[in-house]
Formats: sequence, C-alpha cells, structure tokens
Amino acid sequence: MDIFLQQVINGLVQGSIYALVALGYTMVYGIIELVNFAHGEVVMVGALVSLSVIERLVSRGYTGWPLIVISVLVAIPTCIALGLGIERVAYRPLRRAPRLAPLISAIGVSIALQQIAALIWGRNYLHYPDILPKTQYLIGGAVISQVQVVILLSAAVLMAALWVLVQRTRLGRAMRATAQNPAVAGLMGVDVNRIIATTFVVGSALAAVAGTLIGAYYQVGNHTMGFLLGLKAFTAAVLGGIGSLGGAMAGGLLLGVIENLGAGYMGKLTDGAVGSNYSDVFAFLMLVLVLIFRPSGLLGERGVEKV
Amino acid sequence: MKLRPLLFGLALVAVLALPFLTDLALGRSWVRLLDFALLYAMLALGLNIVVGYAGLLDLGYVAFYAVGAYLYAMLASPHIGMHLPLWVLLPGGALLAAAFGALLGAPTLGLRGDYLAIVTMGFGEIIRIFLRNLNVTNGPAGIDLIDPIQLGNFSFSATHRLFGLVIPGIYNYYFLFLGLTVLIVLMSRRLEGSRIGRAWAAIREDEIAARAMGLNTKNLKLLAFAMGATFGGISGVLFAGFQGFVSPESFTMNESVMILCMVVLGGMGHLNGVLLGAILLAILPEAFRPLAQLQQQTFGEVYLDPASLRMLLFAVALIAVMILRPEGLWPSPVRKRELHASEEDNASTPDADPAPGGAA
Repeated sequence: MDIFLQQVINGLVQGSIYALVALGYTMVYGIIELVNFAHGEVVMVGALVSLSVIERLVSRGYTGWPLIVISVLVAIPTCIALGLGIERVAYRPLRRAPRLAPLISAIGVSIALQQIAALIWGRNYLHYPDILPKTQYLIGGAVISQVQVVILLSAAVLMAALWVLVQRTRLGRAMRATAQNPAVAGLMGVDVNRIIATTFVVGSALAAVAGTLIGAYYQVGNHTMGFLLGLKAFTAAVLGGIGSLGGAMAGGLLLGVIENLGAGYMGKLTDGAVGSNYSDVFAFLMLVLVLIFRPSGLLGERGVEKV
Repeated sequence: MKLRPLLFGLALVAVLALPFLTDLALGRSWVRLLDFALLYAMLALGLNIVVGYAGLLDLGYVAFYAVGAYLYAMLASPHIGMHLPLWVLLPGGALLAAAFGALLGAPTLGLRGDYLAIVTMGFGEIIRIFLRNLNVTNGPAGIDLIDPIQLGNFSFSATHRLFGLVIPGIYNYYFLFLGLTVLIVLMSRRLEGSRIGRAWAAIREDEIAARAMGLNTKNLKLLAFAMGATFGGISGVLFAGFQGFVSPESFTMNESVMILCMVVLGGMGHLNGVLLGAILLAILPEAFRPLAQLQQQTFGEVYLDPASLRMLLFAVALIAVMILRPEGLWPSPVRKRELHASEEDNASTPDADPAPGGAA
C-alpha cells in the first residue's frame, strides 16, 4: 500500500472539512473584522443535531445516505437560526465598540453554546450508528472509502457554489463591496445589516454541512468537539490569508494534508523520538513559518498600512 | 486631605483581615479561592502589559505560566531529585519565561493584530503539546509531590502562630500572593508612566505614527512581550508551589482566553479595572455554585446539570457586560472619555455603519 498517497487522500478529506469551516471564519472576518470564536461551536451543534435526527430515524428502520441527507436538511436551518441569533444578540450591538469587546463577547457565546449542548446532549462522547456502506475503492495503491469520496465531492460542490454566489451574483457583489468598505457600500444602497446577516447565514449553513460530514466520518461527537476543530479551521483561514475565500479553501486542504503527512511520517523520520502525537505541533509550526515569510497568508492581499 | 490616609488604612486592614473573615463566613475553600484569585490577578496584570499597554493581542499567554510552573515543578520535587529553593527558582522562572517571551516574540512581531493572535495561540498549544508528550515533564500525568514554597525555615504550607492568631497555610499563601500582587501593581504603575510605557501607548494607538516619531517599535514590542511573560513566569512558579501538582491540563488555551477575558472585561490598560476583572472572573464560577441547591429547593429536583448551568451563567455575564459596557467595567478615565467623544462625533450617522471601532 502506498503510504504517501494514502496520507494525501486522508489529508484532503480532513482538509476539505477544515476548508468548509474556514470559509465561515474568513467570510465573517472579511466583512466585520471579527474572529467569530463561536463558529466552531456552530459546527458542533450541526453535528449533534444531525446525530439526534439520525438516531431518531434509525430506530424507524431508515438507513444509508438518504438518512444523512435528511439530517443535514434539519441541521442547516438549525445552524442558520443559531448563526443569525448570535449575530443579532452578541455581535451587532458591539459593531462600534472597541476592537476586543466583540472578541470577548464571541468567547462568551462559545462557552454558552458548549454548556447548552452539554445540557441537551450530556457530557459523554456520543457514537453514531453504523448506517453508511463500508465500500472502499482502490486508487494507485491507496484506499479511499465511499464516505471520503462523498465528503470530497460535497465539499467541492459547495465551494464551487459559494464561489459563484460571491463572484457572479448581485448579492455576492454586495458582499464584496461591504467587505471592501462598509460605509461606502451603504452609501451605494447596499443594506449592510442584511449583508452581514447573510454572511452569517452562509457560514452557518456550511458549518452545518461540515458538522454532519464530520459526524459521518469520525462517528463520534460531544459538546467540546467544536473547539479544536474551530481552532484548526481558523488556523487554515489564516494560513491561506484571512478574508480570502480561495485562501480558506487552499489553507484548509493544505493544513489537512500537512497534518496527515506529519502524523504518518514524523515517527519514521525521527526514529520514533517524535511520534504522531506531535501532528498538531506540526500544523502550528507550519502556520508560524508561513506567516514569517508571507505575513498576510498564502493568498491574502498584501495591504499597505497607512496612518 | 486627611481622608486619604484614613481610607488607605481601612483598606489595608480590610485586605489583611479578608482571609480570616472569609474563612469565618464562607469556609476554608473560599480562602483557597482567594489565593487563586490573586494568582489570576498577577497573570492578568502581566497580560495587561502586552494587551493593555502595548496593544498586542496575545492568545497564548498561559504558555509563560506553564514555563514558570514546570520549572519549579521539575527542580523542586522528587521528579529529578532536585530541591532548589524559591529564591533561585523565582528569578529563574521569571528569566526563563522572559527568554521564552522574547524567543516567541522575535519572529512574529512583524505580524498584524489578528495574525499575531493566532500565532501566539499556536505557540501556546505547541508548548502544551510538548509538555504532554515529553518524558522530562512526565507527559500527561504531570508532576506531583512538588515542594511547598519555603523561604529559609518558613514553610508557607505549614500552620503558624502569631500573637495568638492561628495562621494556616492557605493564609500564608494569601499574604505572599497579596504582597507580590501589590509589587506587580506598583511596577506596572511605574512602567505605565515611564518613557517605555508612553512609547507602548504610542504604538498601541498608532504603530506607524510611533515609528515615524523615531521609536524602535520592534524592540519595544519585544520588551512588552518579555515583560508580560516575566509576570506569567512568576505566577507559574507560585502556582506550582501552592498547588503541589502540575499537569498539562492546567495550561490549555481556555486558560489563556480566561485571562484575556479578565483584562478586557475589567478595563484593559487600567490597573484597577484589570484587578477587578481578575478577581471577579476567578470568583464568579464558584459564586454560582449555590444555584444547584437553589434549584433543588425550588423544584425539588436537579433538572439541569449544575456544572453546565454555572458556566452558562458565566458566559451570559461575559456577553452582557461586553454589550452594556464595551469599554470594560472600570476603564481608565482617558479611555472612557475617548470612547464617549467618538460617540458624540458619530451621533448623526445611522447605526448601519458596521465598521468596528477604528478600522481603517
């Protein structure tokens, strides 16, 4: 079996999930310059809601992919409502506040969502029922499972759709204008509040899908799962250049691949002294290195600072 | 003018009597909580130098706390078999943390605001992962049986008698931490008004203008990083000696986030505010504890997990304070005036303007 190819495949799958989550971070950051700390928690809620739906329906005899589709159709509106609520309650009143106030408020939302999830779903790890076929395909000496294929494809379709939305539609143009200069966009007749809300809707919908996919892939979830995922996705967004959609996608995929290659090879390269438990170190080290040489991320715009 | 020394005297008596009164009124576990509140106060004061004075967002501050704690844990416990005294390890921890601060700061200080935040966060996690996986630090199990803090023959964890007063260990730590907190407050206050402090303020307000005025912004930022780290390292040494046990789980990113919340919630850059924020946030989760009993009394049954409920209330309080007082609970008068001045300027523009404060 080709270990290199295998790790790249696993990395791309993991990375495409990172990318979906990273898009949520980068879109919000691009428009209101806020690190939406609670975004990882929205993903967590998406994953747990879809798990609840799956469990309900499995007991009635449903199984297979249709079940995932139904669960994602429940998770998306839930997460959208959540995202809109968060924006309205915790961020909108703070748009004119000092820079760190919305960040602390976001941290508050993140803790609150974790605890609400703990109240609803309990504190233990929840296991997903085995509902998906275990079909595997061979490519060039590596194995890719059906779940992985579906994750890659749905992530690709969603990213393409987002690209079209942002680059080719009226709404997308309004979003780009708001990102560039909210005040001027407002003068040009863009309803800035609506655009910001829309950004949260799109980001939360992507988070819901990402949550469901993570659940289907790792088959385990609990109320703290959003934290590390959010951290990684945010890292991916920064790696690619925060505020840039292409950057978030590239950063996510790159981070996934780096992590998996790191986990796969680190033990071998260092003769067992440093094992796969250092894969997170690898991810963050990569981030630091990239930022030292390209301070605005891989695809970020290199803005000139002015007084 | 006679009122001031009187008030000061009263405050001094109150602060000195606090552990005795707390013990009587609320029990010994609350005295322990006071000790932790003071430790957090020291940490928050340290982070305040980085975030409040120099305006650098650091989300990995707990790394320096960890460095200090592990230094003491490894060199004053049976772990390696060394038992170095505090007067070696306290400056040692401070120096090592400062070195780490400079080391981590050097390659990253060219980065802009939020990029710096994520990189410091990454560094914090890297240090924690190393602590978790290295053999010298005993991995996830951590190090226990750490020597209590001792100065000469005076052990802080032992019970002492003074003029007929019984003073248990946690009281001793309270007074030790109190003394050091006061020391750090004094140092911070002197720093704030010094040439360096004013240079930091200039960098915080406008880095490019500060550079144009001839300030060496890179070195000044590095100094802020190292200075903040020093206080983190000192708190870490004290924490290890006080707790007697360290493990990587004490140094998660949540901890960094909590310290940042203390600084911002209290009123960053303002010493009174930072102290208030630290003590409030350290005590608040405990203060919500009786809610479980209240729930039981009212409904006859515990419906909601008290641990979750209390963190939930904590989170709601965090959001509410930020919405009601975005400048913090006790901001410095200058900062408050600035904020309200800009409010008046913009009174005519509609609410739709989403530009976050000062984004250009």
